[in-house]
Amino acid sequence: MNLELRKVQIKDIVFDTESKIIDGVLHVDPKKLEELVMEDRKVKSVSFDIARPGESVRIVPVKDVIEPRAKLEGGDVFPGLFKEDMQEAGNGITYCLKGMAVTSTGPIVGFQEGVIDMSGPCVDYTIYSSILHLCMIIEKQDYVDPHDHEEVVRLAGIKVAKAIGELGFDCEEYETENIEWKTIGEKYQEFPDLPKVVYVYNCMAQGLLHDTYFYGRDAKALVPLMITPNEVMDGALISGNCVSPGSKTTTYMHQNNAVIRELMKIHGKEINFMGIVLNPLMTTLKEKFRDRMLTVRQVKMLGAEGVIISQEGFGNPTTDLMIVCQELENNGIKTVIITNEDAGVDGMSESLPDSVQEANAIVTTGNSNATVMLPAMDKTIGILKEVERVCGGNVTSIQEDGRLLLEIHGIMGGHNLQGNTRLGAVTI
Amino acid sequence: MKKILFYTNQFFGQIGGEEFAYTEPFFKEGKVGPSNAMAPQLKDAEFVRTIICGDNYFAENIDKCLEFIKAQVEEVKPDLVIAGPAFNAGRFGIACSEVCKFVQQTYGIPSITGLYWENPAVEMYKQYCYIVETDKSAAGIRKAAPLIAGLANKILAGEKLGTPKQEHYYPKGQRVNVFHEKDGATRAVEMLLKKLKGEPYETELEISVYEKVTPAEPIKDLKTAKIALCTTGGIVPIGNPDHMYAATAKFWKKYPVEGDCLEPGKWESVHAGYDPVYANESCDRVAPYKVLKQLEKEGYIGELYPFLLTTTGNSTSVADATKFGQEMADDLRRAGVQAAILTST
Repeated sequence: MNLELRKVQIKDIVFDTESKIIDGVLHVDPKKLEELVMEDRKVKSVSFDIARPGESVRIVPVKDVIEPRAKLEGGDVFPGLFKEDMQEAGNGITYCLKGMAVTSTGPIVGFQEGVIDMSGPCVDYTIYSSILHLCMIIEKQDYVDPHDHEEVVRLAGIKVAKAIGELGFDCEEYETENIEWKTIGEKYQEFPDLPKVVYVYNCMAQGLLHDTYFYGRDAKALVPLMITPNEVMDGALISGNCVSPGSKTTTYMHQNNAVIRELMKIHGKEINFMGIVLNPLMTTLKEKFRDRMLTVRQVKMLGAEGVIISQEGFGNPTTDLMIVCQELENNGIKTVIITNEDAGVDGMSESLPDSVQEANAIVTTGNSNATVMLPAMDKTIGILKEVERVCGGNVTSIQEDGRLLLEIHGIMGGHNLQGNTRLGAVTI
Repeated sequence: MKKILFYTNQFFGQIGGEEFAYTEPFFKEGKVGPSNAMAPQLKDAEFVRTIICGDNYFAENIDKCLEFIKAQVEEVKPDLVIAGPAFNAGRFGIACSEVCKFVQQTYGIPSITGLYWENPAVEMYKQYCYIVETDKSAAGIRKAAPLIAGLANKILAGEKLGTPKQEHYYPKGQRVNVFHEKDGATRAVEMLLKKLKGEPYETELEISVYEKVTPAEPIKDLKTAKIALCTTGGIVPIGNPDHMYAATAKFWKKYPVEGDCLEPGKWESVHAGYDPVYANESCDRVAPYKVLKQLEKEGYIGELYPFLLTTTGNSTSVADATKFGQEMADDLRRAGVQAAILTST
């Protein structure tokens, strides 16, 4: 399996009468994009806006963040969503527009949508503050129910990201990254002396705004299975706009999964990266035990000596994280887990709702109950008032002078659980 | 020049030994005893006053002693309070810690004491003030003085403190957010490499061992029992009149239930941790009031408590959840409820 990523750096986005990329500047014809989104009759209205790093702009409530990507050859990017037929992702040539995202906002679907500020303290918490956003403000027809609403927004975002990604085909300036993924047998043979490492990729599978899609299939209908880094980069996994904003694995975080990035860096040098097991996080205990069994079995079949488990969400998913870690350690497989903490606003509470003694190597992405005061912004893209209803916000969040008192939970990617942020916590 | 108020006992205050343990608190201007060892290492700060109090007197008259401390603090207006160090001394350790806790809580004035790790006051007070690690006996003053003075200098200058380990104080147990140089994924891979090689590594979060809740004795006769329904599923009257949070609840609420069920359209879910669509169609799916009412009618249970006790379980801290549980239990006990069903999501 060979994937060539062609990374086109985007320096700015401007509206124009024609869509194209000139000297790293993305020109967008918003009318064309509106027509594309309005093809779905469940959409009542759509408009586009631009947010740039450093501007006094707040985007809220954000549903998904998507990096524009498109495939020149080797099938479709985001396979399994729009066509009956699909080809395995992760082969051929994929264009990625770096330094930007398509970001969906508009009236709230549920309570899991968050805030991105383009300047101020938010910049330290989330990588989204440092990229350009082509914001899609989308409204559904009145008759559309919440589940359809989520789907409408999700698919519109992906469609736009794909269309924008295709503009990369004409660019001659790009950076190339080749990702080669061999069979298990070849890997064994190639690096017999390096410790074999497997990545357990937890993803939410719990209903509205708590789902993940794999080749278009709802993760609730999956059991744990082996996947490849190549297909993850090609959009085989997309976000169902899951979980609280801080810990939400957006489509962008799937495409740019930080654990995969770091493991690929040392593959063949310090470790033998054997594979990924995708583990859906279900709601009931029986499903959790079944998924633990199947995850651990596949990790063992891959010959793992070491495992990193990344997380999505918290609360009942902490149980999945803990029991899989326990079972791996009991099988002699050295495990590191990534989690956030809910140690209370004052940091004085126990950090996790579930624990096992075997979880002796934990990376924490911070206490997400801690609050941060975000300054007033000159402009809001979306609807500020919705902050009162989202996870991490409440009726006292919006201050009279426009400042925003928010838990870190409320910042999109504020404590990303694939470890794509620098936030952590210490005991004092 | 910053001002430090110093607290010590009869022995270190050079009054005398055990026979002076009932000495009432009094003060001397300037430094006395152990503060002499710390003073040369202070930058831009001085000991302005020393309070001396007998250990037994303090132990038996805490309120009176704190009144005395209060008057002193209000007169001197110190920037910092240092007490002891008390090493492994039991009564003196408590007295130092109590003084530190008092000034910290009442005035927000930072305070430092020093104790040996086995001193029971460490566990009792470490969350309220800085307790520097010391040796067992007074001979440890030479080691303790520069640590206390160093910490005092940093606090007074508003400098960022290092970790408890670096600063040699017992962790207060508070989780504080920090920004690392490297992102989480990089740290995870580095930790895994060390673990695989059998090299020492430090977990970023020590796992806690939770108190196991022992289930109560079963109800002997359900037919006469009064049963209550509680939920962490975020079920509230429609419109969310008390603004129950979607996550990280700070309170719980008790709502009267009229009729035989949580009537559709009159209740809703505000919980951010699950798909609320089906709950909103019928909140009985999360808090099955209807079923319990039916059982009451059939005589299977004696009586259903006609209220719903509710909160949002999503990302609510263990400490807050424990508090809510205790408060709910108090309410139910007062109402003569024998058993409760608590549903979660």
